[in-house]
Amino acid sequence: MCDADNTTTKKTIRVATGDRAILPEGAKTIPIYIMGKKYDVPETLTIMKAMEFAGFKFLRGAGCRGGICGACPTVYRMAGDYKLHYGLACQTVVEANMYLAQIPFFPANRAEYNIEEIGGGAEAIHALYPELFRCVACNLCTKACPMDVDVLGYISALKQGNIKKAAELSFDCIQCGLCASRCMGEIPQYHIAQLARRVYGRYIQPRAEHLRKRVEEIESGKYDAMLADLSAMSKEELEKCYVEREREPDMTSPGAWQPKETRYL
Amino acid sequence: MKISYYPGCTLKSKAANLEAAAVAALAALGIDVEEIDRWNCCGAVFSLTADDLIHQVGPVRNLIRAKEKGAAQLLTLCSMCYNTLARANRIMRDDAVKRDTINRFMDDEIDYAGEVEVVHMLTFLEREVGWQKIREKIRVPLEGLRVAPYYGCTLQRPAEVGIEPFGSFNLMTGLLSALGATVTPFDAADKCCGSYQVLNGEAGARSTAAVIVDRAAAAGAEALATSCPLCEYNLGKQQGRLLEAGQIATAVPTFYFTQLLAVALGVAPESCLFELNDAASLDLLKTKNCLVAA
Repeated sequence: MCDADNTTTKKTIRVATGDRAILPEGAKTIPIYIMGKKYDVPETLTIMKAMEFAGFKFLRGAGCRGGICGACPTVYRMAGDYKLHYGLACQTVVEANMYLAQIPFFPANRAEYNIEEIGGGAEAIHALYPELFRCVACNLCTKACPMDVDVLGYISALKQGNIKKAAELSFDCIQCGLCASRCMGEIPQYHIAQLARRVYGRYIQPRAEHLRKRVEEIESGKYDAMLADLSAMSKEELEKCYVEREREPDMTSPGAWQPKETRYL
Repeated sequence: MKISYYPGCTLKSKAANLEAAAVAALAALGIDVEEIDRWNCCGAVFSLTADDLIHQVGPVRNLIRAKEKGAAQLLTLCSMCYNTLARANRIMRDDAVKRDTINRFMDDEIDYAGEVEVVHMLTFLEREVGWQKIREKIRVPLEGLRVAPYYGCTLQRPAEVGIEPFGSFNLMTGLLSALGATVTPFDAADKCCGSYQVLNGEAGARSTAAVIVDRAAAAGAEALATSCPLCEYNLGKQQGRLLEAGQIATAVPTFYFTQLLAVALGVAPESCLFELNDAASLDLLKTKNCLVAA
């Protein structure tokens, strides 16, 4: 794609974009191994797009394609090295001689509970997941996490009964399950972390006082009349209201702006 | 003086009284306790399987945290944590083959070769503070309180990590004497409390515990001092049931040695978390006037 006549050509980074594998002009192909079989795919693709290019179709094991949903965890190894690496197929760009395997689902144990009944103590978590105590601190869970969560750290915090610390350390977890796939203690770390965050949210985290007041106001019917007025309007009236609405200017410091219409305050 | 400190999981939950009293007492002695970062479970019980190096990884990881801090010593309070960490430390110091295997496996950590010394608080108190200095700092001498030092298993076994030779109880005796208590030796001080057998052989564990409490009472002890949360569970928290069942005749309230040290140094009882002991423990100290005036 370099223009021979153009002496000022800068090196451009070519990245394939779009919801299908749209290749940059002149993209080279590189060999990758999907479930042990070699495929030549264009460089610059993510693992997910490279697999689609190779003819695979994701019925499951693909979700948001934005690195958040945790549906496409991938284990890979580079030829000639023993080390395993971990990533999300939608986020990790293919490299030559990658050996790839998808682990879209891991059959880890998930306990059933009613959050309203189990209480806010660590004992309930220990009782639902006694395998927590099989941890030998090998740290493979932390190494496997594509989100760089300190998995051993939150498992250790839960053994110590520190639910708040576990909830905070596990906040970035996307529930992909790679931690559990590597655990010699057969611990479902990601499910335990989710329980810890639920217990933290239900029993430990302070309640927002302003939210409680607002819910009280709504339930007392304070806004019912306004909503009824809006519901009764025609489309034209609604559009007029919307266009003529007062709007707080961007970057206004809190409390500095007041609307002219104060009827609803 | 500053000392790096490894707490252990139980000391953050069921045995928070062991830790709270120790930290308060050491502060009163001018010692700044610094908890190491990102520690994990010590392993709870030292693995006795020869071909099972993976169980040394957890304790060694904690020792690496201490080495990263530049610590020469790592303070422990719990007998089990002390035992597990000290034994893992000896493997890393003395066994070149196992050391190499473990260091290679833990390729996410710096290499470790036993550079940090694991030290139990009783050893630390004698060596770094001294009984005489403790005696000088006592505000509420435990006068007239007859305390039996109870070591259990893991403070002295095996000999190479024992805080003192098997059969001698000098450290706890030295400490309790410095606190002004009457030390009451008894012949079950190194008998097993029943340990984890309480989970699958409760009756056996309880009769073992009953023998220990009985012998302490027979020797004239009014209280037992221990440094192990599991011993405290079997001898202290279960004691009410032993009394109810008629397995023992007299109650002998249990204490962590750190709690007795703290109250003698004038630490307020609220800071020693006696609510985690059996109620009889705090009652005994009240009866014996062993608490600082509010």
